[in-house]
Amino acid sequence: MTHLDGNVLAGALSEIFTADVTTARGRCAGCGRTSPLAEAMVFTDAPGLVARCAGCDQVLATFVDAGDRVMVSLAGLSAVELRR
Amino acid sequence: MSTEPAASALVRPRIRPAWHVATVAETLRETPTAVRLVLDVPTWPGSEAGAHLDLRLTAPDGYQASRSYSIAASTPAAPGEPGRVVLAVDEVPDGEVSPFLVRDVRPGDQLELHGPLGAFFVWRPGQSTRPVQLVAGGSGVVPLYAMAASHAAAGDETPFRLLYSVRTPDDVYFADELAALAGPTLGLDLVYTRRAPEGTADGVGRLTRESFAARVLPAAERPRVYVCGSTGFVETVAGWLQELGHAAGDIHTERFGGLT
Repeated sequence: MTHLDGNVLAGALSEIFTADVTTARGRCAGCGRTSPLAEAMVFTDAPGLVARCAGCDQVLATFVDAGDRVMVSLAGLSAVELRR
Repeated sequence: MSTEPAASALVRPRIRPAWHVATVAETLRETPTAVRLVLDVPTWPGSEAGAHLDLRLTAPDGYQASRSYSIAASTPAAPGEPGRVVLAVDEVPDGEVSPFLVRDVRPGDQLELHGPLGAFFVWRPGQSTRPVQLVAGGSGVVPLYAMAASHAAAGDETPFRLLYSVRTPDDVYFADELAALAGPTLGLDLVYTRRAPEGTADGVGRLTRESFAARVLPAAERPRVYVCGSTGFVETVAGWLQELGHAAGDIHTERFGGLT
């Protein structure tokens, strides 16, 4: 399956964060590229959502909805900038 | 002292996403493969142009599937008046959700929605006076139609152009609405990839880097650019835009994949 982009994360992220963070700029821990989360490559056919860096393919974040809980990893982001 | 709110870059209307129950008010054939769904949503708060929602279906056995759809138009609920949301859904062959929405949904059916969603791929009236270039591939026109309609409704004087690549005249989404918007407030340019109406000067064919460059606002005018279409379309167009000198930060993209 082809990938989508970070816009599709808005629904899942809105259950965790109060602001829309698809506009937040994230720094890839792999290559250092900084771009809005909306521009990440997102694969939705894994068990959950997997966001990868559009520059180097590094996994930036994963979201797994297990019904009664949600598991989130942001391990591939070395920094996130949120605009006020 | 003026009671007018001051124009400020910090003014950002935020509408909290929430779950809503929608009732199908009307289904209309949009194209040979797509349906327009008009939904009554008693709790709908309204949405910004370009926003999307997640639509969730639940099977009798409890299995759930959810997909994102761009909002073509919406009005917030008012006292005694349900909110209204308009979607246009293209059928993805072998899809899990879209064939049901295109073929089986009937007025009176209920659907679960989560939205409005997405603050990245939105256009807000009065935010900037820089011109706007919209680039659509196929059903990717839906959020861009919302932006063009919002731009016209707001009386915003920012120059707006839409370049819309589509297979045939029958595949044009919101054909009548776009034709009505075209004119001083919206430059509308259709590219037909399989079959064009008789007498179309440019004939039939896919966009190339050269034909694309000739049809969009040049980078020197510093347009804000919104591109929506399949992943392949968006990546090709975004690549051309960067080669033509548009700054990465001026290019907003949204991909719908080919997701089933």
